[in-house]
Amino acid sequence: MLRYILRRLLQAIPVFFGTTFLLYFMVFSMPGDPILALFGDRTPNEAVYNSLVEQYNLDEPFIVQYLLYMRDLFTGNLGVTFSGRSVNEVFADAFPVTLMLVTMAVIFEFVLAAVLGLISGLRAGKLSDQFNLVVALVLNSIPAFVAMFFAQYFIALGLGWAPVTVGANATWSTMWLPALTIALTLYVVGMRLMRGSVIESRGADYVRTAYAKGLTSRRVTPVHVARNSLIPVITNTAASFGALIAGTTVTEGIFNIPGIGKVLYDAIIGGQGPTIVSFVTILTVMYIIVNILVDLLYAVLDPRIRYV
Amino acid sequence: MSDKNPHYVAPIEESDQTEIDQVKLSERKSTLWLDAWRDLRRRPLFYVALVIVIFIVAMSVFPSWFTDIDPYATDSADLSKSNGPAEPGHPLGFTRQGQDIWARIVYGASTSLSVGLITVAITAILGVPMGAIAGFFGGWVDSLLSRIGDIFFSLPYFLAAVVVMTVLSDYRNVWVISVAIGGFAWATLARIVRAEVLQVKQQEYVQASTSLGRSRMGTLINHVLPNSITPAIAYLTLALGAAIVAEATLSFLGIGLPNSIMSWGNEISQASITVRTDPLPLIYPSLALIITVLAFTILGELLRDALDPKARARR
Amino acid sequence: MTTDVITTSIDEQPHELDPNKPLVQVKDLEVSFRTQGGDVHAVRGVNFDIYPGETVAIVGESGSGKSTTATALMNLLPGNGRISGGQVLIEDKDISKLGQRQMAAVRGHVIGYVPQDPMSNLNPVWSVGFQVREAIKANGLAKGRKEVEARAIEVLQQAGLSDAERRMKQFPHQFSGGMRQRVLIGIGLGANPKLLIADEPTSALDVTVQKTILDHIENLTRARNTAVLLITHDLGLAAERASKVIVMHQGKIVEAGPSRAILTDPQHPYTRRLLAAAPSIASQRIGATVSEDAKDEGVIELASIAKDRHEEAEAHAGGAVVKVEDLTKVFSIRRGGFKSEDLTAVDNVSFEVHKGTTMALVGESGSGKTTVARMILGLETPTSGEITVGGTRLDKAQGKELFDVRRRMQPVFQDPYASLDPQRSIGAIIGEPLKVHKVGDAKSRTARVEELLDQVSLPGAIAHRYPNELSGGQRQRVAIARALALKPEVVVLDEAVSALDVLVQAQVLQLLADLQTELGLTYLFITHDLAVVRVIADEVAVMEQGKIVEAGATDEVFANPQQAYTQRLLDAIPGSGLDWAV
Repeated sequence: MLRYILRRLLQAIPVFFGTTFLLYFMVFSMPGDPILALFGDRTPNEAVYNSLVEQYNLDEPFIVQYLLYMRDLFTGNLGVTFSGRSVNEVFADAFPVTLMLVTMAVIFEFVLAAVLGLISGLRAGKLSDQFNLVVALVLNSIPAFVAMFFAQYFIALGLGWAPVTVGANATWSTMWLPALTIALTLYVVGMRLMRGSVIESRGADYVRTAYAKGLTSRRVTPVHVARNSLIPVITNTAASFGALIAGTTVTEGIFNIPGIGKVLYDAIIGGQGPTIVSFVTILTVMYIIVNILVDLLYAVLDPRIRYV
Repeated sequence: MSDKNPHYVAPIEESDQTEIDQVKLSERKSTLWLDAWRDLRRRPLFYVALVIVIFIVAMSVFPSWFTDIDPYATDSADLSKSNGPAEPGHPLGFTRQGQDIWARIVYGASTSLSVGLITVAITAILGVPMGAIAGFFGGWVDSLLSRIGDIFFSLPYFLAAVVVMTVLSDYRNVWVISVAIGGFAWATLARIVRAEVLQVKQQEYVQASTSLGRSRMGTLINHVLPNSITPAIAYLTLALGAAIVAEATLSFLGIGLPNSIMSWGNEISQASITVRTDPLPLIYPSLALIITVLAFTILGELLRDALDPKARARR
Repeated sequence: MTTDVITTSIDEQPHELDPNKPLVQVKDLEVSFRTQGGDVHAVRGVNFDIYPGETVAIVGESGSGKSTTATALMNLLPGNGRISGGQVLIEDKDISKLGQRQMAAVRGHVIGYVPQDPMSNLNPVWSVGFQVREAIKANGLAKGRKEVEARAIEVLQQAGLSDAERRMKQFPHQFSGGMRQRVLIGIGLGANPKLLIADEPTSALDVTVQKTILDHIENLTRARNTAVLLITHDLGLAAERASKVIVMHQGKIVEAGPSRAILTDPQHPYTRRLLAAAPSIASQRIGATVSEDAKDEGVIELASIAKDRHEEAEAHAGGAVVKVEDLTKVFSIRRGGFKSEDLTAVDNVSFEVHKGTTMALVGESGSGKTTVARMILGLETPTSGEITVGGTRLDKAQGKELFDVRRRMQPVFQDPYASLDPQRSIGAIIGEPLKVHKVGDAKSRTARVEELLDQVSLPGAIAHRYPNELSGGQRQRVAIARALALKPEVVVLDEAVSALDVLVQAQVLQLLADLQTELGLTYLFITHDLAVVRVIADEVAVMEQGKIVEAGATDEVFANPQQAYTQRLLDAIPGSGLDWAV
């Protein structure tokens, strides 16, 4: 197991440098002036311009720029946002909110996927299974930002079951609606995995052998069917945790949730290129870290991987 | 003991005395594609999805069949109709700027479909060869290509597209946005193809092909690829829907296509300002988006099942 | 869960049951499966009894309904299957009238089960100990953690797992096939059932392991007076292990009776066909004269194939076509992290195959025989040593030269379901070698394909069809046709008949023998099955752990093995211990 962890961490090193390099390359080696490009239609004033040249070491050769940028990333020196606060400070305030939102969403997603997937798998081919699948596919086809507007308009505004925007008061009870909405647009993948592996396990030789031992279905279904089927669902859910950490921009923007996504959302809407780059980098690093944790979780759950 | 074990012989005329292993061909041929087609034809959802897709393709190619109004014309907006209700000739009413909603949806279809198709083409052109070559040749080629793939895989493609679109803010068009999405989405496809190729190349017919003298490349193209491409086809159909969503989301955030290009994402973005007082201009393009994505999702799911004999047996 | 079950009799006291009262009665049993194309009747009116302590074998080819019958006895048919007629009485109770709980009480406790494939029958995510303890608890054999644990260890030890205590925490993938099968035997016999159903319990294992496992089952069940229902495709094995043999064909019993009577005096034509085609039995009767009436019934007599072919080969034998000298292959195996370990898969192997003869390379899994074949076919590069095919050094050949050697040597592989590209028509598959080597034009190639199909006794019409419309045996014949397309001198047959049913296997062996005579082919025959070697090969080389341990003329090696390992392999052939009265 220790060896597996080490190997997985070693593999992450080139990935880490590769992704950050790729991001940096995209921003700073495009033809033309990178700083002007980052500001789009607007032109920054000279002071801002000069401070950015200094922050990104733009008078150095490209590879030196990147290495200095890496040094800044490791020392947590990521400059300031437009409002003048340091990126670190903004991150420290916003991250817990995003973490809370994503955790809630992922729990909803897991429960929906596991329960509906088990039901569908046990009743494969029956009407309830088909209905389950179609509903999940329809929900999955609603783009996140559209789903957020629908949830906001119909459930928060129309029915008044949840606050229309979250604002500064980001708690479990104010954020359940965006979290559930995220889960509803995502659970189909996990549900299909669960359904598929339940069907597979049900027909597996080891399940027949379990019955032949004298076990009843009350034991075989949870211990031999559901347990085996949960592995892909758990890892899929965990993987969507990473994707969500990196992708709550739209949700947080629409529901005005003060997390990292909202910071990025505001930066995008406001055309604040440097802030976008800083936070995309941070989110990518988070994503890589979560993916490592997912792989380790997978190894914990599946003994075949644990002992290689 | 003998009374318990009598020597029993079945009446000989009752048992089948045909030759061993005779060839019994059924009326109809059976190949992977024919079987998949037969499977699809039996499923009502397939027709629903197909009709929607045909409808959208028609809208993209011949928008004037569906509406007399050209939303690109300078006089297409009538501010006096701002947020106006439906009226004859304007089935869905008007936007805040007094533009006909239906016409804008019709003309937005080609944008969505182009972005979807170009993105999928880029994904396929990058992902299929990368995955196939990595899986088939193995060794250092595989290590190199897989590490490159890992890097792209670890960069959430939406975030990457956000950065690209921010940097290239002066060049926002259908092609650039497709490259921004497809250029980062291919790694997943490469993984899928690689995994499938790894399996197929172990098959004895691949070894037979090598031992009868086909070159490595010849074997890859003639035997390995045709047998490992089916999961990629299903994936690409699903990816088409995802690309349409990505474009709409980027446009919604204001870093996708400029407002001069008709796009459902732009429509939703414009309408979101007044969503609480007047939701219809937001709901209609959203429905267009949802129905389109759903059609491609259903098609992709059905293809995936139909092209996987194991999944078919499971049903 | 099943507390109503008697918790005594966990000691190994033999069952004391009335030997004249049947334990299991199967009456007019019918089983059908719902499929898309309508109901399929897998078992059609089967009758038999099993008495306490006796061993009954059901023999049949795949699709005969033998395994379905076994699963029906435990009421464990898959979801789309059901008992559609007749009765199964276990200790006079009709199982179709038992509730779920009552049936669970019968399973494990009255009927134990040892399945076919040890690889797929243990749940990969639970430790072996967990899975044994679970069975013990379900049958109420022990109470309390400690007692259950102790009992579990005892059960595994009895099943022949000597270091059971240490291995309880390990997972199935850390066990070899033979050891997993021991675990499954332990589970099957753990509750000391009155009947053990063993469904092809050893067909996934190496021959020598097979014998040990079967001996073990026999010893345990005999000591406890446990009845055994043995499901097998191998008549020799059935006759050796069972007192009563039931032969099934297409869902019906064609013949049943004392095993000796079935073997020495088969009455039904199907039984006779099966008997004549079984290599394990043919190997006992080699040289026996063929009865004329058997031929009339369309019986393929393996023993006679061997005899005819052998005489033919002796007349034609020529110089060495394939020559292998000091062939060695070392694989570098990754051992976690960055370490790697060398594994010598093939170690200094030398042999010659003479023109027009058959050389068999025999060994168990991991012996290196397949690696030798792959190197000869140029699919693997030798670490050292020489391979010469028809005068060309294959290990040195490259480009054009290699391309030309390939023409003279073609393979037929093991798995009929994997050896043909499913997306190509049969005609395209057989014609592919011609196309690659640019032989003839489209028209002449079509003609050649038709000729080849005829040579392997397949109708020309299938040229436009696709592989998944054919049976395993037919696919293997297509693979042979493809191998013959370029008129090669040598055909390398890598376990080419191992996946086939007995009758089809005999048919393909017959075809191979005929083709050899007709075309003067040279065969290199890779197999694990010594019984098949006996009927097909002129010379044999026995491989163990990468080395050839014994080689020589087949007759001599079989009659007078010099090595203990060869002797063990020969002893392990099912049916070899029987005293034949033919």
